[in-house]
Amino acid sequence: MEFLQPATWEEALAMKAAHPEAVPIAGGTDVMVEINLDHRRPETVMDLTPIRELTEWGTDDGVLRIGAGVSYTRLIDELGDRLPGLAIASRTVGSPQIRNRGTVGGNLGTASPAGDAHPPLLAADAEVELASTSGTRRVPVREFFTGPKRHTMRQDELIAAFLVEPAPGPQQFSKVGTRNAMVIAVCSFALALDPARRRVGTGIGSAGPTPLRAVDAEAFIAGELDWDGRRPPSDATLSRFGELVAAAAKPIDDVRGTAAYRRHALAVMSRRCLAWAWATPPHLWGGGARSAPEGL
Amino acid sequence: MRIACTVNGHTRVAENVWAGESLLYVLRERFGLYGSKNACEQGECGSCSVYLDGSLVCACLVLGGQANGREVVTVEGVDAAGVQQAFVDAGAVQCGFCTPGLIVATHDLLRRVPQPSDAQIREALAGNVCRCTGYAKIIEAVNMAAR
Repeated sequence: MEFLQPATWEEALAMKAAHPEAVPIAGGTDVMVEINLDHRRPETVMDLTPIRELTEWGTDDGVLRIGAGVSYTRLIDELGDRLPGLAIASRTVGSPQIRNRGTVGGNLGTASPAGDAHPPLLAADAEVELASTSGTRRVPVREFFTGPKRHTMRQDELIAAFLVEPAPGPQQFSKVGTRNAMVIAVCSFALALDPARRRVGTGIGSAGPTPLRAVDAEAFIAGELDWDGRRPPSDATLSRFGELVAAAAKPIDDVRGTAAYRRHALAVMSRRCLAWAWATPPHLWGGGARSAPEGL
Repeated sequence: MRIACTVNGHTRVAENVWAGESLLYVLRERFGLYGSKNACEQGECGSCSVYLDGSLVCACLVLGGQANGREVVTVEGVDAAGVQQAFVDAGAVQCGFCTPGLIVATHDLLRRVPQPSDAQIREALAGNVCRCTGYAKIIEAVNMAAR
């Protein structure tokens, strides 16, 4: 196995062009498991942790551009107020040790249908910035995943960053697992409301070959919500929303749960997320709701 | 390949390291530091918890080369006598295998949150698995160490 350690982003892109087989590694929370358990023996690994640009974030024309190497811990601490949905999902990732190392760039690169960051990124209509020596392109997250652990990236590309608007309204996330920590989602759901544009975004995790949006559910509920009067949606409306989310999933039976259970749980989670989000007063849209205990 | 890093304040060098070796393997088998335990090798159990550049990590998930030029503090080097004594006094050590990881993780918690609630303790130690105690004594030990 060859170990590549580029010092700069330009060097990393040149190395990836010269070694398209190189497996990028950042936090190692996926790649190292495969190497340690001998599930995979990459010919070449490329360490991206020395590259400063990947660990930086900033705002460009009102949109957040977040380096692929920003850890979940930093997302929670530094961006939890602007990206509450992603922050709630990030708190469910692994343990403190895993959140200190794991990155959204790695989550996207692994492209597991169960990746915790994917549903909130889908719900918020985020984009992925891919780079190579031949240039940079931005792909909407909803077009990024092509199958289980498959994505649209070329072999010579690296994930530079993801781009997402600071939450324009309440966001929520819910995940089913056997514990509160250290679990792969049995299924998960993310919701993002945009009251000014009267739009609703959704993301379904771990209930299909890729993370999915519930497009029909989004259109239905955007038309039903009382955006001006802010009256709570009726039970019948919530139920219909849940049914449409469940219908959008494409789950299978596997070791973590059955397809029927996943559909049922998605209907429940989506109803709850909507009720929580709708009940969140505007001064808490920035992420004050359902935050973790102080200091975590 | 060659790995040079600072471990517990001392410069350590390992030669002829296979590129796929984890930091945990380098610490145990190259540097003879057996405090960090090797159990799951997938970040699930926390028994290999160490500090890497001041951040609590599972050493098994760090590729050896990624530690090159960085600063590592293991259970052997962490200044946690109070936490260790509290674990002894509370009876939080049974077989002891998970203890080093829990000492480092508790040290990390208490430097961030000096007076943690039980919920904060449970959350902070969620990535450290103990199969003996049932955790009640461990939480008691953390509370004792925080006093």
